[in-house]
Amino acid sequence: MTLDQMRPGSRGRIKRLSVRDKLGQRLMDMGIYPGLELKVVRNAPLEDPMEVELGGYFVSLRHDEARFVEVESA
Amino acid sequence: MKQDKILVALAGQPNCGKSTVFNALTGASQHVANYPGVTVDKMSGRYHHNDRWVDVVDLPGTYSLTSYSPEERVSRDFILHEKPSVVVNVMDAANLKRCLYLTFQLLEMEIPVILNLNMMDVVQKRGIRIDINRLSSNLGIPVVPTIMKNGEGKKDLLDAIEAVSSGAEAQKPVRIDYGEMEPFLRDIISCLAVAPYLANRYPIRWLAIKLMEGDSKAESLVRENLPEPEPFLQIVERSRADFESSHQESPEAHIAHRRYQTANDIAQTSLVLPPGSPRPFSDRIDGLVCHRLLGPAILVGVIWLLYYLAIVQGYNLTNYTWPLLAKLRSLVEGIAPSPGFVEIPLLREFALWIVDSVNALLNYIPIFFILFGLIAVLEDSGYMPRMAFIMDRLFNRFGLHGQSTLPMVLGGIYVGGCAVPGVMSCKGIPDERSRLATILIIPLLNCLAKVPLYVLLINIYFAAHKAWAMFFISTISLLLVLPVSKILTLTVLKDKETAPFVMEMPPYHLPTLRGVLGRAVERVWLFMRKISTIVVAVAVAVFVLLQFPGISRERMASYHAEKDKAVETFFKKIKNTPFATQLPKDDLMPLINFSEAYKDAKMAAGDGAAAERLNAEFRERDPLYFAIVQPGDDKEALKVNRELRKLIKERKGLLREMRMERIDTSFLGTLGKWLEPVTRYAGFNWRVNVALLSALAAKESSVATLGALYQPEEEGQALEERMAQGEEGFTPLHALALMLFMVLYPPCMATAIAVKLQAGSYGWMLFSIIYPMCLGIVVATAIFSLGSALGLSGLEAMFAFYGLALLFTLFMGFFPFHTKIQQQGATPTNGGIDHV
Ligand SMILES: Nc1nc2c(ncn2[C@@H]2O[C@H](COP(=O)(O)OP(=O)(O)OP(=O)(O)O)[C@@H](O)[C@H]2O)c(=O)[nH]1
Ligand SMILES: [Mg+2]
Repeated sequence: MTLDQMRPGSRGRIKRLSVRDKLGQRLMDMGIYPGLELKVVRNAPLEDPMEVELGGYFVSLRHDEARFVEVESA
Repeated sequence: MKQDKILVALAGQPNCGKSTVFNALTGASQHVANYPGVTVDKMSGRYHHNDRWVDVVDLPGTYSLTSYSPEERVSRDFILHEKPSVVVNVMDAANLKRCLYLTFQLLEMEIPVILNLNMMDVVQKRGIRIDINRLSSNLGIPVVPTIMKNGEGKKDLLDAIEAVSSGAEAQKPVRIDYGEMEPFLRDIISCLAVAPYLANRYPIRWLAIKLMEGDSKAESLVRENLPEPEPFLQIVERSRADFESSHQESPEAHIAHRRYQTANDIAQTSLVLPPGSPRPFSDRIDGLVCHRLLGPAILVGVIWLLYYLAIVQGYNLTNYTWPLLAKLRSLVEGIAPSPGFVEIPLLREFALWIVDSVNALLNYIPIFFILFGLIAVLEDSGYMPRMAFIMDRLFNRFGLHGQSTLPMVLGGIYVGGCAVPGVMSCKGIPDERSRLATILIIPLLNCLAKVPLYVLLINIYFAAHKAWAMFFISTISLLLVLPVSKILTLTVLKDKETAPFVMEMPPYHLPTLRGVLGRAVERVWLFMRKISTIVVAVAVAVFVLLQFPGISRERMASYHAEKDKAVETFFKKIKNTPFATQLPKDDLMPLINFSEAYKDAKMAAGDGAAAERLNAEFRERDPLYFAIVQPGDDKEALKVNRELRKLIKERKGLLREMRMERIDTSFLGTLGKWLEPVTRYAGFNWRVNVALLSALAAKESSVATLGALYQPEEEGQALEERMAQGEEGFTPLHALALMLFMVLYPPCMATAIAVKLQAGSYGWMLFSIIYPMCLGIVVATAIFSLGSALGLSGLEAMFAFYGLALLFTLFMGFFPFHTKIQQQGATPTNGGIDHV
């Protein structure tokens, strides 16, 4: 499953990032890296972007970007 | 031995309080906001401590130090090339674990680092416990806790900077063990070591790590500094490929992973987090603010409240401030050389012109003050990123970015901003295409300098529908800007690079009254400083353009003849009164001035005891004149009084005629008239042209020039009344076309320069000046000509235009991008970053 398919409120563990370079580096720098647990907090009023929580830290990203984050539900 | 000068750089994540620390250290007031990415350029200041000058540089906030984004490049290049004596790594201590990721990268650059744990109040409130000593020994660098918002811990930080920069404490910073990558790094380092020039200038291990990360700027460093870079870079390329195939993980992922791992290890020993949700309060607010229905409603509400408080209530306040400004004018009138019957000294004209120009703007201070205060509240509270979150989907459709929200708010999405900070803050937008689009559309937003003209026109021509008109003008710019941005994105900007959105959502803060008021005062002050320079300069230039070449000698002689006739008539009429012999035949000016002064004073004094005192005072000043201006029941005095008033009226008529003639024949008037055949279709007469021309340098000048063009007939008359009187053929439709032209007005000088700086070329600067001008004249012409042809009233035309703009915006919003949005999405088969 990829992050963009997760519903608000659900939790998961990041398995793999299927993108590199700019987006891949940015995701990692913002704390989205394999092994970490995350929770989808909410979608924006217009569905996009989405907000996720990673260990007390909150990040928002577009669904277009979240589809490169592979997760396994926890 | 003491170094004379110390250079300190402040680095850290966005929004961790660097600017607050900077302000506390240097006493300067930098822009502080609870919004990631407010400081986009480095700022420098200095302070004196223990006999030494310390230079401080506030770097842009970054999460990392790669070369993918401009602010990361700015921070990194500064540290790399300026080699500061100390880097103070400011950090939101409540986020310690995550923030160490950046600390390690700073340490790898081999500069002395002090870790400043800021926001300790938040740490305490949340019940987080940090073992400072253990943290310091684990990292091998000094750690200073502070609550910089209140200045707590400032002294410790100063001492630490002093100690580290004087070399009193040798640092033994922690070094990340990159595990399986270490052999690869060792190989690269040994290759680099043969180029002593490179090895002496740059931290070599850092360079090796960056090369393994595939950092393009590190590669260019090598290319520039190695005599034969290609074989070496091939080795690097091979190392990266080898590592990836043998470890099933990309080198950059491995590096990031090791950094987070080390941060985890260190946090394990020095950090105790309380159980439960980390920020229940912010979470609950977000539940409302980002709610599907409530969120947008709150956003609209916030914008509306901003209008209401700043524009409506602020405008009401100007009723109290305008008399003060009128007083200022009469003060100057008193000092300036006194006027003759038809000859007004140039110096007097000039002084009053400047006062009028400045007054027209000073009048709007209450509005600016409230507006800036409210924007400060929004910034400090942390609402801005939520706006970006809510708006991104919409903006993205038009080629903009959620982070365009901040520049657009600064630029005046709310009515009243300033394009200069708006354009400057575009640097924070990571996506180049969106950034350029934002830079280009910001001048079309409602900057503060446009507001006076709107308010003026709305108060005259839409007085009955003020709220509607204000709503129209404040939101129409958005409806124009969005499709324009989309068109730009699809055409001139289509080949520009894009970047990820990924953005931090910081917790909410309660803004402090002191902070908010301080910022409001500061920004009003900044704005005033801009006025005092640019507007006065423009006023002087426009004055010259309006005064010269002036009235011809023959025409002047004819005015003198008319004056003589009027005076003669006056004396003929009062021939039978005793006053005829008592008044000097050659100079009636003292009497006229006396009469005018009495009228003003009487208006100010009102009735009752004050009026009595005033009468006594004027009687004492000149009993003869007083008998004329306050004739009582004396028949003969009454007659003279009547004739005097007729004379004064005649004089005013003459003066007005002369002024018209002077402007008529002036340079600017000629140009304005020359343009009239074109602008006529937009409903602009030459006077409006003159005002618009004078606004090219700074938009504030449009109202200033109008203010001076419609000079007061009665003292203390507001510009609204003066303009309504002076421009009788003007209808609300004219006003509408004019307002829309003002929306689309080209950027002022300062903004044009900011565009050049941010977009990086004169080409874009010229483009940003020319395209709005063409667009503006087309829209204004369409509105006025079509509106007139269809017989629409101003209000009808306004609604019609709004509807059309809304439809067009919707159409453009659904118009698809043909360019590849996610170019970086392409995944090489082996390029994935696996979980280890
Ligand atoms: N609670 C608390 N808030 C603080 C403290 N120091 C700063 N702040 C607040 O944190 C917010 C961000 O401060 P800034 O100084 O603008 O942060 P910055 O690091 O310069 O941000 P950028 O320039 O965007 O990178 C503001 O709302 C400050 O009032 C502190 O010690 N405690
Ligand atoms: Mg800052």
